Amino acid sequence: MNEEVFISGRNIPHIDPHLTLWEFPISLYLFLGGLAAGILLFSAILHLINKEDEFKGASKWAPMIVPFALAIGLLALIYDLGNPLYSWRLYTTIRIESPMSWGAWVLLIVTPMSMLWVMTYVRELFPKLKYETFKMPFLYKIEAFAIKYKKYMALAFLPLTVILGIYTGILLSAFNARPLWNNAILGPLFFVSGLSTAAATVILFAKSAHERHWFSKIDILLIVIEIGLIIHLIMGYYAGNEMQIEAVKILVGGDFTTMFFGFLVVLGLLVPLILEIFELAGFKVPVIIPAILILIGGLVFRVLMVEAGQITRVLY
Amino acid sequence: MRYVMVIDTLKCVGCSDCVVACQTENDVPHGYCRDWVTESVTGTYPEVEIELRSERCNQCDNSPCVRTCPTAASHIIEGGIVLVDRDLCIGCGACVESCPYDARYRHPDWGTIDKCTFCVHRVQKGQNPACVSVCPTNCMYFGDLDDSNSEVAKLLAVRKHKVLAEAAGTSPNVYYLI
Repeated sequence: MNEEVFISGRNIPHIDPHLTLWEFPISLYLFLGGLAAGILLFSAILHLINKEDEFKGASKWAPMIVPFALAIGLLALIYDLGNPLYSWRLYTTIRIESPMSWGAWVLLIVTPMSMLWVMTYVRELFPKLKYETFKMPFLYKIEAFAIKYKKYMALAFLPLTVILGIYTGILLSAFNARPLWNNAILGPLFFVSGLSTAAATVILFAKSAHERHWFSKIDILLIVIEIGLIIHLIMGYYAGNEMQIEAVKILVGGDFTTMFFGFLVVLGLLVPLILEIFELAGFKVPVIIPAILILIGGLVFRVLMVEAGQITRVLY
Repeated sequence: MRYVMVIDTLKCVGCSDCVVACQTENDVPHGYCRDWVTESVTGTYPEVEIELRSERCNQCDNSPCVRTCPTAASHIIEGGIVLVDRDLCIGCGACVESCPYDARYRHPDWGTIDKCTFCVHRVQKGQNPACVSVCPTNCMYFGDLDDSNSEVAKLLAVRKHKVLAEAAGTSPNVYYLI
């Protein structure tokens, strides 16, 4: 028997009996960050290989939600701070060792860039939009500037979106005090999951069957990679030390089993994978179903990892 | 200079006086605490062992909280004490998540992160931390480990001791005599 109890009556809010300091806003932010990174990456690649007109949904329509996704994500993040009015302190220093510092800086760069990105074509999609109506004619100058440097923006998005996408996982995996998070595969896994939710969003926005099929294929590949990485993740825990073996019990056989296997692995990955394959094979499947399942699965994954991870701890 | 705390688990009776002293000295908000007493029971009858430990922030040399802080609010001062600068802290909780000892919490009124400071305001005046000074069994010792004549250095030289969660690699500065 090995039992540890606090005999001085410890019951600190959000700390005891286990951490609940990071709640839904953090999960939402990780989800939106990964989604935005994925959409921007697709859009930037399509611009660089000159396929923008062939894939209008991916290169133009889907990226329109990115500035909103990032803004909501940032607001959620700031809302979750204990001292939100001082969040500007993030930008008074650069802390190389702190993933949160990395994320804050990357978001500071990516968010305005995503707005410029949308500005380069928004009047093409909505020809009736005139900035004079809002008495903001200077926006034409910004638009001209953005169009002029669009290629460089696309090139910059390649590393920036990868950092943003991976960072959503690294943020959690950098904490060695939470064994369920402390797994190096979490960064790549969240990145791939973010790309997969982005591909699902593009499928929702797709303007032609050709584009939808292409992104269904991309999504199938991403889901297969994601399933591989999840197997890798679980194996990593079992191959780990006592704390990690103890931690993985929460996903396999513990409180989060239904969420993990039911909502993520089955409903969020396997079912949409099968539906998308059927759709490509010519069966009539409403594409909205796999796409929505993937999006919900991605959000469930973030919620589950954030909550379950805080329950696991270093044993001593 | 390297401040350490040495706690004799064989002399501790688990009275929680250290906890109350800290709450009073540091104006810890109601329902919160910067130190606490753990009772650890191992073995099966008749070979059962009980260990009583007064636990707190371990003022680690390799502090994960200082590493993960995005604003450099968590920092280490001369003597190795880890402190939170309330003017820099945004209350993001990264340090709380990174602490293997769960020694940090978010202050309900300030929104910033709070924890044991080794009573730095007392130590700088040459006094012992509040918890050490009130211990009725004198099971806690505080001092400079770099000074080989200090009580803590002498105790650690002869007594069997351990630190908590050594595997976490944090190099803690609170030692337990066992």
